[in-house]
Amino acid sequence: MRKKVFSVLLCAAMATSMLAGCGDNSEPASNGGTTDDANANNDAAGGSDDADADDAAGGSDDAAGGGAAGKKFALVTKSAGNPYNEKEAEGFEDVINSLGGECIIKHPVAATADAQVSEIQSLISQGVDSICVAANDENALQAALEDAMAAGIKVSCLDSKTNAASRMTFANQAGTTEIGQALMDAVYDIAGGEGEWAILSATSQATNQNAWIEAMKSIMESDSKYANLNLVEVAYGDDEPQKSTDQTQALLSKYPNLKVICAPTTVGIAAAAKVLQDQSSSVKLTGLGLPSEMAAYIGDDDAHSCPYMFLWNPIDVGRLGAYISAALVDGTITGAAGETFTAAGMDNSEYTIVDAGDGGTEVILGAPFKFDPSNIGDWKDVY
Amino acid sequence: MEKKSVWKKITSSRETSLVIVLLVLVALISIKNPSFLGMQNILEILKNNSVIMIMALGMLCVLLIGGIDISITSSLAFAGMTVGMLFKNGVIHSTLLGFVIAMAIGAVCGLVTGLIIAKGNVTPIIATMGFMYIYRGFAYLVANSQWAGADALGDFKNFALESYLGLGFLNNVLFIVLICYIVFFVILKWTKFGRNIYAVGSNAEAAQISGINVARVKLSVYTMMGFLAGLCGALAVTIYASAQPNMQQGKEMDVIAACVIGGVSMNGGRGSVGGALLGALILSVIAKALPLVGIDALAQNTVKGFIIIVVIVLNVVTQRMMDKSNLERREM
Repeated sequence: MRKKVFSVLLCAAMATSMLAGCGDNSEPASNGGTTDDANANNDAAGGSDDADADDAAGGSDDAAGGGAAGKKFALVTKSAGNPYNEKEAEGFEDVINSLGGECIIKHPVAATADAQVSEIQSLISQGVDSICVAANDENALQAALEDAMAAGIKVSCLDSKTNAASRMTFANQAGTTEIGQALMDAVYDIAGGEGEWAILSATSQATNQNAWIEAMKSIMESDSKYANLNLVEVAYGDDEPQKSTDQTQALLSKYPNLKVICAPTTVGIAAAAKVLQDQSSSVKLTGLGLPSEMAAYIGDDDAHSCPYMFLWNPIDVGRLGAYISAALVDGTITGAAGETFTAAGMDNSEYTIVDAGDGGTEVILGAPFKFDPSNIGDWKDVY
Repeated sequence: MEKKSVWKKITSSRETSLVIVLLVLVALISIKNPSFLGMQNILEILKNNSVIMIMALGMLCVLLIGGIDISITSSLAFAGMTVGMLFKNGVIHSTLLGFVIAMAIGAVCGLVTGLIIAKGNVTPIIATMGFMYIYRGFAYLVANSQWAGADALGDFKNFALESYLGLGFLNNVLFIVLICYIVFFVILKWTKFGRNIYAVGSNAEAAQISGINVARVKLSVYTMMGFLAGLCGALAVTIYASAQPNMQQGKEMDVIAACVIGGVSMNGGRGSVGGALLGALILSVIAKALPLVGIDALAQNTVKGFIIIVVIVLNVVTQRMMDKSNLERREM
């Protein structure tokens, strides 16, 4: 009897946990895959040290466009129902429409390479002129994309790249130097040009964070403008809220004159923001953070700990991807390092293709996107 | 005569050596950095480690019956993430309800784990390793690649900042820690259930023969552990104002370490609430002090591990000396 009762209990408990587990999952996937995206973005940004290496070969200066009319431009995003991907598609579509081309957006049903492969194959049979893909897997798309290139279709990537053999070039959302420069200027601005500041990073081995920190240090040393800024410590919170909290509190008590903490990591910046805001500390914060995580801490007044922070803008990633596709199709570029193309209405036009460090090439979008009190309300629900 | 027996009681207590270790640690750190003993700093330490301190109580009971549970931070994340998403999607708005849901999820997780171990006779480390993956997986499924940030949590995040439960004197989180410690102290010291836990851990067969339902004790202990993990899930979300599916990953080792430092035997039957508390406090002080006294960031984990080993060895040595002197006195 007792055994029966227990087995019923066991089944009930399992069923409850399964239901609880799946319940939220079956709801509309409002934000699906965003954290993954952020990580993929970080990875992509990691290998782009030579962002401002100038073109040695010198490229064609022809403006893109004109040749786009009547052509078919396809974008394959990571998955359906993901607001970050929707924003990318929005930017892509805007540009293609303004150039007079036909835009085909494909959102695979699942964020897998398989789902993307079948989308790519159907695009090949539709005879599109270009495919731009936010790869779910670096290598798994190779066969499909090589088929596409063999059929004369121009293949590029945005947001997250494939291996070098599967693409002509890649729209990279943020280069190491650009991020270092943006963060350094933010520290300079918030500190008022002088004083002590500290970095709260992820782990001491984190490739991206270390590259950004190195970039900040070299920018600080190379320009006398930053001479009065004193970097007192690089602390590591291991991307753990608890340890990041300990580290932030230690920074505050060790350096009473500290003015700014810069946290180039999404977990660290949120933990530090909470510590500073709860203590009504005079120390201010900047760094790289997710708008949805940081919305409660961003503000110009003393009640908020973070005046502004950065991440990349998915709409601009989509627009850059579209301009690359258009330039590939009309022959302005072939995807080789050193070539240039214009992107009307974008801040850093004209863009130069640079070596991506993985045997392929990339185009760096530019400085990361700034989230401040004026726009955080619009972005906190996006990603 | 009376005085002497009290003195004897103190020096022969297992916890005395730990108190000494803790005092020495605090004294050394305070010399390096006088601000360490400030009230603000002490409260920060307690609050930032409350999750470990509470779960150490459950782990104490689990270790006492000779078991182990490494799935606790996974059920913590599952419970915390669920509550976070419920707030984010506007399903619930009540802080109390958030806690109740988290504790219920935790208790169910613990119950299922307990059933497998007690009724299925599966080795605890294997069973809880399985559930470590399962519950962590649930946390990711519930999260659906989202985090619940400060903005989404509404009033829930203010719970950790206010002190209405502690009547304005004691922070809510610390009040809950205090209540947990009182309850477990009473249970283990003065209730039949508490004595059964020690009996099962000391000799399960003897306990069974003497009429204790061993399976039921095990089941209760794992359910209790799960309940505390669920509670800590909600606490972690309100303390850090953020729910992420990888919450507290790896911290189960800190919880086990806190118990072991506190003199809780891994073989069962031996350990106390006071020991668990002191163990957790020593770990918390180490974690807080390392960045404060200026140890290089890259060396911090190494130093932490080193101090843990030294503390455990010191504890074992002093305890042996005490046992020996106790025996000597008995012989006389």
